[in-house]
Amino acid sequence: MSFLEYRVKFAPTGIRKVLYLNWPLVVLVTAVASVGFLMLYSIAGGDLDLWARPQMERFGVGMVLMFIVAMIPIWFWRSMAGVAYLVAFILLLVVEFFGVVGMGAQRWIDLGFIRLQPSEMMKFTLVMLLAVYYDWLDPKLVSRPLYVLLPVLIIVAPTVLVLMQPNLGTSLMLLLAGATVMFAAGVSLWYFGAVLALVVGAVVGVFTLRGTPWQFLHDYQYKRIDTFLDPSADPLGAGYNIIQAKIALGSGGWSGKGFMQGTQSRLNFLPEKHTDFIFTTLAEEFGFVGAFSLLGLYALIIGFCLFAAWQNRDRFSSLLIIGVAANFFFYIAVNLSMVMGMAPVVGVPLPLLSYGGSAMMVLLVGFGLVQSAHVHRPR
Amino acid sequence: MRRTARDSEEMNQRLNRRTLMLGGAMGAMIAVLGARMRYLQVDQADEFKLLAEENRINIRLIPPVRGLIQDRNGKVIAGNEQNYRVVITREAAGDVDLVLRRLASIIPMTAEEMQQTLDEVNSLSAFVPVTVRERLSWEDFSKVAINAPALPGVVPEVGQSRRYPRDFDFAHVVGYVGPVSEKDLEGIENPDPLLKIPKFQIGKIGVEKWMEDTLRGEAGTKRIEVNSAGRVMRELERQEGDPGTDIRLTIDADVQNFAQARLGEESAAVVVIDVTNGDIICIASAPSFDPNLFVRGISHADYNALTENDHRPLANKTVSGAYPPGSTFKMVTALAALEAGVATPDTKVSCPGHIEFGGRRFHCWKRSGHGTVRLERSLAESCDVYYYEVAQKVGIDKIAEMGRKLGLGQKFDIPMSAVTEGNMPDKLWKLERHKQEWRIGDTINASIGQGYVLASPLQLAVMTARIASGRAVMPRLVRMVNDKELPVSDAPPLEIPPEYLAAVRQGMHEVMNGEHGTAKSSRIAEPTMVFAGKTGTSQVRNISKAERESGVISNDDLPWERRDHALFVGFAPYDAPRYAVAVVVEHGGGGSTAAAPIGRDVILRALYGNLPPLEAYPSSQRGRIETMLKELPLRDPVTGQPPVKTET
Repeated sequence: MSFLEYRVKFAPTGIRKVLYLNWPLVVLVTAVASVGFLMLYSIAGGDLDLWARPQMERFGVGMVLMFIVAMIPIWFWRSMAGVAYLVAFILLLVVEFFGVVGMGAQRWIDLGFIRLQPSEMMKFTLVMLLAVYYDWLDPKLVSRPLYVLLPVLIIVAPTVLVLMQPNLGTSLMLLLAGATVMFAAGVSLWYFGAVLALVVGAVVGVFTLRGTPWQFLHDYQYKRIDTFLDPSADPLGAGYNIIQAKIALGSGGWSGKGFMQGTQSRLNFLPEKHTDFIFTTLAEEFGFVGAFSLLGLYALIIGFCLFAAWQNRDRFSSLLIIGVAANFFFYIAVNLSMVMGMAPVVGVPLPLLSYGGSAMMVLLVGFGLVQSAHVHRPR
Repeated sequence: MRRTARDSEEMNQRLNRRTLMLGGAMGAMIAVLGARMRYLQVDQADEFKLLAEENRINIRLIPPVRGLIQDRNGKVIAGNEQNYRVVITREAAGDVDLVLRRLASIIPMTAEEMQQTLDEVNSLSAFVPVTVRERLSWEDFSKVAINAPALPGVVPEVGQSRRYPRDFDFAHVVGYVGPVSEKDLEGIENPDPLLKIPKFQIGKIGVEKWMEDTLRGEAGTKRIEVNSAGRVMRELERQEGDPGTDIRLTIDADVQNFAQARLGEESAAVVVIDVTNGDIICIASAPSFDPNLFVRGISHADYNALTENDHRPLANKTVSGAYPPGSTFKMVTALAALEAGVATPDTKVSCPGHIEFGGRRFHCWKRSGHGTVRLERSLAESCDVYYYEVAQKVGIDKIAEMGRKLGLGQKFDIPMSAVTEGNMPDKLWKLERHKQEWRIGDTINASIGQGYVLASPLQLAVMTARIASGRAVMPRLVRMVNDKELPVSDAPPLEIPPEYLAAVRQGMHEVMNGEHGTAKSSRIAEPTMVFAGKTGTSQVRNISKAERESGVISNDDLPWERRDHALFVGFAPYDAPRYAVAVVVEHGGGGSTAAAPIGRDVILRALYGNLPPLEAYPSSQRGRIETMLKELPLRDPVTGQPPVKTET
């Protein structure tokens, strides 16, 4: 495919591109990130320098990156997809063997000035490659087994590497985002039905075979599942996090305890209070009203993305936007389910809120891709 | 590969359909998350709020300041002192070992103490303060405070601890406090939560124990915010408790000090009672001990020294010691005989030195006999045969009745430990206790306060007070609670005709002032303070047949623990009784020589309210008395400080 297909003459050029950005999305992202700064400031007990300021600086850098990425035509990014995927994949292999062990898992490469997390890079390069693939593929062949197998390999290969780090959360995200792109591309629902049935069958098998010599999991793994299902069975052990998170959340009530007035999160009852569990502080201090508003903002971001995808008649662009949106959505869904006691504790941050530089920047670059696709869409 | 426009359009429609489906699914998931939020934060909010409060807030008790125990004039007997101590926190100290070594170079600390602290610090959480040393001197305490920059994690603190400034004088009365033990908690149904504070001190014996509820006060509370590790973040609210209530005893600390000093190292007890209202003015048991040792935690060596001492310093002889009252019991027999009508004050009894009953010979202490004896002389010269004669006519039951009327054989309700009932035997008692018939010989023994009769010095003092006043005086140890006088109800009159009491009192007057009185050397010369009393000497051993045949063996020839107890009871002034006194000197020998002089000195001290002047003593004794009084190790009456011992 050539650049010409993109009806370049209708696309805005030069500085005028700025006017064609998806501005509501920019505003919403900034709004959610600002809520994050407030929460980090509150959790640090009024200390700006501990978490809030570094996070703001990274957000600033991320926004600049987003604009740069948005200004560059989407067809350039499209042509980079294969290379980017390959680089990320090789880096994943490198961390597997030379990476720094942090938090009990090999996750990043220390380049001295920045800690590179290849799994973060993989999030969007995977989506990009899949979008390129389905743009290239004749829609009539989409559901042919052979053409289904290829994207499955593209997804599973990095997923397995990330899982081996071990990083269950991120590998789950890769899997789900990839599957969503496949779904959007029109792969027959039968495949999804079959996978779903397989998963359900496996879960049933895991539980029915428990205690028999053919049981699938180790005893301690069963125990983790038990803890998730009934946290109060082990209140000071593994169930502790879930119980404390629920207490913090629930005690916020309708309108919350007020900014900086949260007790549970400030008193160290909560683990990872500034990263994965940041939502509990928000919910404690601003109550149901605040928590629900945040959920609304997230829904709006996803909605604008999906609408942008719907608007966009370029298949690659649509799929890319859907992939980014799906990734964003699954992070939110898994994180919130976890802190609200609806899912087991897997280390997944809350996008734009949780403290952490590289995730924030990668996400903003992802939104940059969305913007680029939006600005340079065929008209 | 070129696609047709139709293909492209169809492709796009399919994508949009799927996008819509995705949007729907995501929307549904978001709705589920929103519903969960609502469930947790709205429907379940109250429950979680409660849990959050529990998470966050701990209630700690603030120990109240214990009430003071004062003497009748407000002098402090049991007080609270600042306890300067040093605590260390591992977290702040960093290198605990190094900090402790530096500390040891400033204040005296043994290697063992250092190791102990180190072990304790390492076994507890990093932020828990551990006491390194308690009861530091002000100098050491200041040194630690000044050197604080070099001692990270070391904090000098001030607490309260019990102190008995008049240590030895009140050990038996007031007792002491100590940490709550398992045993203490056993008997209590709903223990005050205070008792569960580590190292909280409660009264173990004496007034400290029996008035614990008054003295303890109410715990205050502070609500503190803690984090999940238990570290105190801040204090939210403080509610001061009520300090314990102060108690004033009836005892005069200076008289008590005088009595204790006067008893010295004797194994002895003296009690002085105000005849008019029952106030116990002094109640001293010797030898004594320092209750402060128990508060600090007494060492094994000190404790063994106290328990192995044959003079039993730990026993409170004034209320727990039950002694045969000997001849001090004769007033009871006399009053019983008078009231029963078997004798009048003028009834004559002939004393040949012994009497025979049922084939047994009962001796008078005076082997040669007293000749013809009437009531007055029987008391003055303590003729035993007179009482043998009248007692067998009265019978033990009437004697016991009179004894009980005068306060024997009953337990007085005073807040002291191990208050004995003594024993006032009668026929029924012997049948129940020993499954034996009462025999006439038992009556004869009882008539002179031997055999089964047992009384404590307190009971003897009450008996004397009742004889002196003619009223059923009840002893009282607490005068004021919380600065309010406790009401004293007028003691009801004893139902004994006054003329009989007067006759007995006349006899007691003669004991001290008569020409042949047994205690005439202990008389008071001051005419406004005439002394009346009765001596007693009670056997503590069974006299063997060989001894009986060879006659009385002098006490001086016996080992200490087999010598007779010396007793004395008395009251003064004779014509308007104010104080009654009872003295027991264990194995002291004769009542007139060992006990009566003590009784006189102590009652004079109480009467004068100061050291008795020499004029109160018979002129011939003044030289000896002067020396004796001068050598008494008395406290400074103002400061309460013990005398400085000077080497001579």
